[in-house]
Amino acid sequence: MEQQIIPEIGSLGLLRFVWRQLTSMRTALVLLMLLGIGAIPGSLIPQRSQNPMEVSKYFTDSPTLATWMDRFSLFDVYASPWFSAIYILLFISLIGCVLPRTFELYKASRALPPETPKNLSRLEFYQAWEGNGSELELASTWFQKNHFRIRISDGSLSAEKGFLRETGNLFFHLALILILIGVSLGSLYGMKGDAIVNKGERFINTPTSFDSITYGKLFNESSLSPFSITVEDFIAKYDPVTNAPKDYVLTVSVISKPGATPELKTVRVNSPLTFGSTRVYLQANGYSPVVTVRDSTGAVALQGPIPFLPQDGNLRSIGAIKAPDAIPQVGFVGSFLPTYERSKGNGAISVFPEPLDPRLLLSVWLGDLGLDSGRPQSVYRIDTSVMRQIGLKALKPGQTFTYTGGSITFEGFLPWVNLQVVRDPGKSYALAGGIVAILGLLASLFARRRRIWIRINGSQIEVAGLAKNGAPGLHDEIAEFVTAIKGEK
Amino acid sequence: MSQTWAYLSNYLVYSAMGVYTLSFFAHAYETAWAVRTPESSDSTEGNLLTKTLDYKRTEKVARIATAFMILGFILLFAGVIARGVSAGRVPWGNMYEFSITGALAFSGAYLGALRKYDLRWLGLFVSISVLLTLGTAVAVLYRPSAPLVPALKSTWLVIHVSAAIISGGVFLLANVVAASYLYLENMESKGGRKEWAKRLPALEVLDQLSYRLVAFVFPLWTFAVIAGAIWAESAWGRYWGWDPKETWAFITWVAYAAYLHARVTVGWRGKKAAWLCIFAGSTFLFNYIYINVWGTGKHTYSGL
Ligand code: HEM
Repeated sequence: MEQQIIPEIGSLGLLRFVWRQLTSMRTALVLLMLLGIGAIPGSLIPQRSQNPMEVSKYFTDSPTLATWMDRFSLFDVYASPWFSAIYILLFISLIGCVLPRTFELYKASRALPPETPKNLSRLEFYQAWEGNGSELELASTWFQKNHFRIRISDGSLSAEKGFLRETGNLFFHLALILILIGVSLGSLYGMKGDAIVNKGERFINTPTSFDSITYGKLFNESSLSPFSITVEDFIAKYDPVTNAPKDYVLTVSVISKPGATPELKTVRVNSPLTFGSTRVYLQANGYSPVVTVRDSTGAVALQGPIPFLPQDGNLRSIGAIKAPDAIPQVGFVGSFLPTYERSKGNGAISVFPEPLDPRLLLSVWLGDLGLDSGRPQSVYRIDTSVMRQIGLKALKPGQTFTYTGGSITFEGFLPWVNLQVVRDPGKSYALAGGIVAILGLLASLFARRRRIWIRINGSQIEVAGLAKNGAPGLHDEIAEFVTAIKGEK
Repeated sequence: MSQTWAYLSNYLVYSAMGVYTLSFFAHAYETAWAVRTPESSDSTEGNLLTKTLDYKRTEKVARIATAFMILGFILLFAGVIARGVSAGRVPWGNMYEFSITGALAFSGAYLGALRKYDLRWLGLFVSISVLLTLGTAVAVLYRPSAPLVPALKSTWLVIHVSAAIISGGVFLLANVVAASYLYLENMESKGGRKEWAKRLPALEVLDQLSYRLVAFVFPLWTFAVIAGAIWAESAWGRYWGWDPKETWAFITWVAYAAYLHARVTVGWRGKKAAWLCIFAGSTFLFNYIYINVWGTGKHTYSGL
C-alpha cells in the first residue's frame, strides 16, 4: 500500500518539515510578495464593502463572468479565504521566525563580547604603537563612557556595541504581530452602525436604533455602551463660489450613561465623540422635509420629518413618503431641492446646498404600498407597480396640495445627520504596534553593531575593530578612541 | 488678499519653471561638452586620455547649473508656500498642489543627496523631470485656490501628506539612480563605458546609493502610512478600509520591504536589486497617477 513507502518520516517528522519550510526566510518573503500581489485585484475591481452598486452592475452587465469572479471572491478580496490564507500563513511564518530569534538575542545580549582574537593585525583598522602602560585603563574608561559592553581579560579588552540593531529589528517584526492582533480583535469584537437622526431627535445606542449595523463574530450586544445623544443643532457652511462644504458643526447633548446629567458637546468631521473604545462620527447630512398627510376622512395619517437622501453636491435629495394608515393608502415619490432652479436640460435642480429657496416636488400615488406583504423594501423608494399616479406638484414651505383622496402639507424641513457609531477594541494595539514598528525600524536600519579590541603586547599597544554588515563610520570612531587613549589633543 | 497670494504663487511657479529650464540647459551643455576630446596636436596616448577626462573646462557651467537648480528650488518653495497662504491651509488639497509639492520634494531630495554624493550628472534628468511635472501641473491640473472640504481639515493630514510627499521624492530619486545603474551596467557589459559616461560614479556606488536612499526613507514611508491611518480613523471611523489608495500604499510598503529583505537578508545586489527597486517605485507612481485620476474611493480629492 502507498502509506507503507514512507513510514520513516512519520507524521511528526512531516510536521517538523512543514514547519521548517514555513518559517524559513524565503517562504516568508514569497508570502510577503503574495500578500502585495493579492491586494491588487481588490483595488481595481469594485468591492462589495465599498461600492455595492458597481458590483451589482457587473452582475447585470455580464452575469456569467460576474458569477465566476464571485466564486473567486473577487468582489470581497480582503475578506476572501485565499487572502486570509496568505496573511495567516505569513504571520505564522513570522512568529516561527522571530520568536526563536528573540530568545537567542536575549541570551546573546547577556553574554560577554567574544575574546580578543589571537592575531589582531589581520583584522580591519589595525594599528600598533609603543605605549606607556596606562592605555588599558584609559580604554576602559572610554568604552564605559561610550556605552560599550566590555570583556576584560589578561592584557586585553574586547568591547562591543550596537545590539540595538538586532533588538530594533526584532521589535519591528514583533510589532507587526501586535498590529495583526489589534486588527483581529477589532474585526472579531468590533461593531459599526449608522443612524440618521433629525435635528431635535434623540439617538439611544441600542441595536434597534440603527438603520444598519454590522458586527464581528464575537461581538456581544451587551457591550454597546449605553449612551444617548440628542441632536441640538447642526450648521453646515458652504463656499458661495465653489459650493464646496467649508465646515460642518454638530451640537449634541450627550448622556453618557443612564442617569448621568446631559453634557453639551460639539462634533466635527475630524473630531468624533469618544466613549471608551466606541466613537461616534458625523458622517453625512441632508434634509428631512416635514409633512402632514390627511386622508379622505380628513384625519391626519402621517405627520413628521421624513429623511431624504442627497444625490449631488447641491443636496438635491430624493425620498419616499408613505402613509399606509391613510384611507386609501397613499405614497409620495419626492425630491427636495434646497435652492430650486429650473434648468433647460435637467428639469428642476438645486443650485446651492443651503436652503435659500426650498421646494418639495411630489408625485402622488394611490393604491397598495405593499408594506403588508412582508417583503423588505427601501424607505427611500416606493414600489409603484400596483399603484396609480394621480398628481404632480411642487410645494413651497407652508403650501398644501389637495388631491382627490386627501391632502399633503409641506410644513418645513429639518437637517438630519448620519451618526456612525464604531466600536473597535483593537485599535490601540494596532497603534502601539505601529509606533513600535517605526522605532524598531529606525534602530534596525541606523544602529551599527561593531567591536573594538585593544591588547598590550609587551610594550606594543595593538588596536583593531570589526563592523558588522560593513557598517560605515567605525574608522572615525577608532581614530577617536586611539586619540583618547594616547592622551593626545 | 487671498487672490493676490494665489497670483503670486502662480508667478513664482512660472519663474521656477524658467529657472529650472536654465538649469536644464546648463546641465545639457555640461554633459555635451565636458567629454568632447579637444582637438589635439599631441597624439600620444597618455595625453589623449588625460584630455578626454578633463572636465575642468565645464566646471563653471556645472556650478551654474546647480546654482540654477537651487534658485529654482527656492522659487518653487516660495510658490508652494504662497499657494498655501492663499487658500489658508496646507497646499495639498488637489492634484495640482500635490504635483508642485511633489516636484519640490524631488528636487529637494536631489539637492540633499548632492551634498553628500557627486550626483551632478543626474541634474539633467532631475531638471527635465521637474519641468515636465510642473508643466503638466500648470497646463492640465491647475485649479483655482479654494478652501478644504471638512474631511481634509486635520493636523494628521499635514503630517501624513508631508511625510508621503518627501518619501515619494526620495523613492523616485532612488529609482532614477537604479535606472542609471541598469543603463550603465548594460553599457559596460557591451564593451565599456562611452566617453561621456566615464565620469559617472562606479556601478557599486550607484548600487549602494539606491539602497541607502530606500533604507533612509522606508521608516518615513511607514510613518506616512500610519499617520494616514490615524487620520482615516478620526475622519471616517476606521483606520484601515482597503480603499484603493490605502491598498496601493500598502503594496508600495510591501514591495520596499521585500526589496530591503532581498538586499539585507538574501544578499541581492546589482541588476536584480535595481529592478526590484524600480518595481517598488512604480507602485508608488501608479498609486499617485492612476488612483488619483481614474480611481474611485474616498481619496479622490484630485479635483479633476
Ligand atoms: C511583513 C513585512 C516585513 C517587513 C516590512 C520586514 C522588514 C525587515 C527589514 C527592514 C529588515 C532589515 C533589518 C536589517 O537591516 O538588518 C528585516 C530583516 C529581517 N526580517 Fe523582516 N520584514 C517583514 C516580514 C518578515 C517575515 C514574515 C519574516 C520571517 C519569516 C522576517 C524575518 C526577518 C529576519 C530574520 C530579518 C533579519 C535578517 C538579518 O538580520 O540579516 N521578516 N525585515
